[in-house]
Amino acid sequence: MSARSPVGVVSWLRANKGAAAGLAVLILLVLAAVLAPWLAPFDPLEQDIMNRLKPPSHEHWLGADYFGRDTLSRLLYGARVSLAIGAAATLIAMIAGAAIGLFAGWRGGGFDAAAMQLMDMLLAFPSLILGLIVVAMLGPSMPNIIAAIALTSIPTFARVARAPTIVMKRREFVEAGRSLGFSDARLILRHVLPNIFPEILVMGTLWLANAIRTEASLAFIGLGLKPPTPTWGGMIREGFDNILDSAWLAMVPSVAILVVVFALNLLGDGLRDAIDPKLRNDP
Amino acid sequence: MNGEPLLTVENLGVDFRVEGAWRPAVSELSFSLGGRETLAIVGESGSGKSVTALAIMRLLPGASSRVRGAIRFNGQTLSSLSDEAMRTLRGDAMTMIFQEPMTSLNPVLTVGFQIGEALVYHRGLTRAAARSEALRLLERVKVPAARQRIAEHPHRFSGGMRQRVMIAMALACKPKLLIADEPTTALDVTVQAEILELIKQLQTEEGMSVVFITHDMGVVAEIADRVVVMCRGEKIEEGNAKKILLSPRETYTKVLLAAVPLPGSMRGESRPKPFDLGDTGENVAPIMPDPSLPLLVVENLVTRFPIRSGLIGRITARVHAVENVSFSIGSGETLALVGESGCGKSTVGRSILRLVEPVGGAVLFEGRDMLALAREPLRAARQRMQMIFQDPFGSLNPRMSVGAAIAEPIIVHGLANARQAVDRVADLLRKVGLTPDMASRLPHEFSGGQRQRIAIARALALGPKLIVADEAVSALDVSVKARVVNLLMRLQAELGLAFLFISHDIAVVERISHRVAVMFLGEIVEIGPRAAILEDARHPYTRELISSVPTPDPSRRTFRRAVETKEAANSLRAVDYRPPRREYREVGPGHWVGEF
Amino acid sequence: MAAFLTRRIGLAFVTLFTVLTLVFFIMRVLPGDPAQVILGDQASREAIEALHVRLGLDQPLAAQYVRFLTGALRGDWGLSMVSGRPVLGEVMKVLPWTLELSAVSLALGVILGVPLGVWAAVRRNRFLDYVIRAGSLAGLSFPAFVAAIVLLLLFAIELRWFPVISARRGSLGAWTQSIALPALSLGLNAAAYLTRVTRSAMLEALSEDYIRTATAKGVPSRIVIWRHALRNAAIPIITVAGLYLSTLIGNSVLTEIVFSRPGLGKLIVGALSQRDYTMLQGLMVIYTLCVVVVNLISDLAYGVADPRVSYG
Repeated sequence: MSARSPVGVVSWLRANKGAAAGLAVLILLVLAAVLAPWLAPFDPLEQDIMNRLKPPSHEHWLGADYFGRDTLSRLLYGARVSLAIGAAATLIAMIAGAAIGLFAGWRGGGFDAAAMQLMDMLLAFPSLILGLIVVAMLGPSMPNIIAAIALTSIPTFARVARAPTIVMKRREFVEAGRSLGFSDARLILRHVLPNIFPEILVMGTLWLANAIRTEASLAFIGLGLKPPTPTWGGMIREGFDNILDSAWLAMVPSVAILVVVFALNLLGDGLRDAIDPKLRNDP
Repeated sequence: MNGEPLLTVENLGVDFRVEGAWRPAVSELSFSLGGRETLAIVGESGSGKSVTALAIMRLLPGASSRVRGAIRFNGQTLSSLSDEAMRTLRGDAMTMIFQEPMTSLNPVLTVGFQIGEALVYHRGLTRAAARSEALRLLERVKVPAARQRIAEHPHRFSGGMRQRVMIAMALACKPKLLIADEPTTALDVTVQAEILELIKQLQTEEGMSVVFITHDMGVVAEIADRVVVMCRGEKIEEGNAKKILLSPRETYTKVLLAAVPLPGSMRGESRPKPFDLGDTGENVAPIMPDPSLPLLVVENLVTRFPIRSGLIGRITARVHAVENVSFSIGSGETLALVGESGCGKSTVGRSILRLVEPVGGAVLFEGRDMLALAREPLRAARQRMQMIFQDPFGSLNPRMSVGAAIAEPIIVHGLANARQAVDRVADLLRKVGLTPDMASRLPHEFSGGQRQRIAIARALALGPKLIVADEAVSALDVSVKARVVNLLMRLQAELGLAFLFISHDIAVVERISHRVAVMFLGEIVEIGPRAAILEDARHPYTRELISSVPTPDPSRRTFRRAVETKEAANSLRAVDYRPPRREYREVGPGHWVGEF
Repeated sequence: MAAFLTRRIGLAFVTLFTVLTLVFFIMRVLPGDPAQVILGDQASREAIEALHVRLGLDQPLAAQYVRFLTGALRGDWGLSMVSGRPVLGEVMKVLPWTLELSAVSLALGVILGVPLGVWAAVRRNRFLDYVIRAGSLAGLSFPAFVAAIVLLLLFAIELRWFPVISARRGSLGAWTQSIALPALSLGLNAAAYLTRVTRSAMLEALSEDYIRTATAKGVPSRIVIWRHALRNAAIPIITVAGLYLSTLIGNSVLTEIVFSRPGLGKLIVGALSQRDYTMLQGLMVIYTLCVVVVNLISDLAYGVADPRVSYG
């Protein structure tokens, strides 16, 4: 990876404009979410019958919804939910999945076969349906939604961690470590993990995008956080009820999701190119 | 040679675009090739020899390379041809075969299809006609049972057989020029001998010219009429093969020659002898071990790997990687374990250190049975025996500085604290011919030879008495290889180290070893003092192995050997296989030969 | 090939069995008494007990498990707790809608995605590559329901080319009209995904030694790309496409909601909101069956594409 030092990061971003743009959007999103209470012009929950279904105007930049709530404010607060759920679910899936994949790849044998068979089953099962069932059964609370999304992403991380672990295990520096009398824990944590971490991180970026998308999908089906909490998927769902006359209500949060997911994908792609010499842009 | 030569290369220059800047790979290279002539281009990695071949074929990537100079082939200037005109030339009048037989054939197409393809596109043959012609070609390159094998996919062929398929493919349209880019480097010596013989034969019969690219002066002696020696993109010497082999002018050519075994050059030497590199850097008188003090005794070692298949992973076959292997190594002694790929020599080394678990036998190291040790005592015992590996790029953790890598075992085993370890690291780096200031750098900043020195320093960190060197110099360029071998010999003399030197390279083995053991299909077929094995081999396999090694003897160019085509043997056996008990008899002092 | 198939079919049964077992136990572990849910809060104790007997919930867990398994295999999936109709019948009624949508979407994805991916790989780092890459990344970033809403707004509401509610059958014309938008909304996503997969598989294949061999023997570059490289790239593409088909079956939930189209998705959303346990059980079994069958088909295709597999 060329991006070792701060200088390396800057020059890498300069060369990879897509990733730079993605990173910029991600930073803006985090800022928007953190600063929502100060940035939002209205209380996202405040209903105002007078402004019901009001198109974008000077007062309400992005219009108001069926209850007259300000769309921009709801969008900003919704970013908090999307980010929190996405980041937490991805982080949990990353840690759990990587641990499973690392351990299975390192141990091999029966444990590996059984764990990966289980992961493959989870992977093959439609993830949205799985998430749907889990949330519906446990109830649509923040921890449950996070757990559901994490559960559907664990197999991917397990796969992503396992393959390079097996490659690393056969690498001679790991064998050399064994012949030098290093413990398994040391070999895994000091020698294997640092070498496979970039790949896991790239996957994390790409799956953060996926988690945000899944959260929105669940909310759209009606399995998001309970109203009136603003979530992007929930806003699209509510807007969809008025799609014929007030299309912007569904479109605004849709565009928000699109931009954020696109930005994360750009960033993940750039990172992947940087760590995978096979797909690197310079020949 | 009458009239214009078949191929003329004039002032060829090739640059590659690396991180935005053009770097020269070949410069000012000129040579020519007549009809029916074989020209060898010799050099180490980075010498530009393969780039030259690709430039002639116009196979270099267009965006990242640029080619200067003129290449004339058969009366045409290649650089002026259109892409389409060049395509009709490739595979027809000029063809090429490559180094890696395992990856150079398309895995999803049958070999018959791939051989016939050139005929379809250059001669307009129908698929059926191309197929029957492909069969003829496959028989021509002596692939056994060609009629059945023509419909098979490449993964069913061994490396040597794949290279035959490659040759058949190249010969399909009766080319005027064959460019062979290290076609035998990835093969075992006995297979190499077969392929070289095949190319020689076909060349005479087809009357084609050959450009043969290699790093091995022994191969040059086998095949070349004329030689171009390249170093760092430039031609440094050119002449007819006999002259270059017998009286090379340049030091670099001499070094290349020194890396090849010359029969009889070690005759009368009782001790190992460092390579003569024209300097005195590593020259230390090697020691003679005391045979009465065995450091390591291996008795009837057996290592097998189960092959599982089916739904429940039933064992359906076993690889008998090591069968009843016994030998001993004295303190300060080098035992070379030689054999071809798949013979189990690496598994012996790994079994001794228990990087793989043997299924039977005993490994007595300093009197203790290693195979009986539990986890913790084993970890402690590993301080006394270490391993160095083949791949200088794989044996160091890319994310750990060289100093940290060498210090790690010292700290893990509690031999020193972090501050003392810094001094130890500096000491070790100096010992292997590097400087202490290199400790803070990362492995990718070093060359292959330097990395191998670092790996040696790390192996020495725990003060071992035995080092298992598994093909430790095989991946290095010949000149670097010689230096590392000399280093190992110096360390042996200074520290009284014993080596189990696992190698397929007879030239190196001849220099470094006190005794030699030859392995074939998991068993030792012959073991004895170096001179006895290399000069007075008794086992037919040992004899074949040694006679297959190319030597820089110009008379071998015209020598025709009767080579039978063998399918590669392997040690995969049925589950109920019981290996026969091998008897050994002593034919000389310490020289044992297995029954055959 | 035979050995390979036997192994895969065996694994498929293992998967099916494991998921059935999981489904059974999850259903039992979940909070809430199904009988209570069905009969409501005011139900008498006797009525609940009676329903327990009728549903077999009074029997020991092991017996229930055996009954569930044999029932599932025999096609007796019980009655819907809400409508009282046989679950199997309800599921079978809508299954073709979902399967048809997923299959057409995947076909669309392959037809668009594979050539675009090949094209991008061949023109690597040129203008066309950048356009295709950016386009596929954007396509991938669309949540399925957002794409559906955009298509609905544009083609059904603004332009009125297609119906808003796409549940028509009968003539080919009507069928095409009704499936076009839903399939497009899922298919564009699939195409975006397959473009990326194809591109990277092709880049990998094109960098292999055997491509150089083919060029060195004078094979025209068109043939080198479409036969030598794509035949090899097809192996990972098939694997991914197979996996993606089950994602499509899952994502059709969203499309079915947006286009008011019948299908498994609508059924499962209804069953979840009404806590129709038997229906949910049946749906999980059918989803698992779909996944298992899809995997078998992709294994088969994989075996055909890769000679190293078919020799066994």
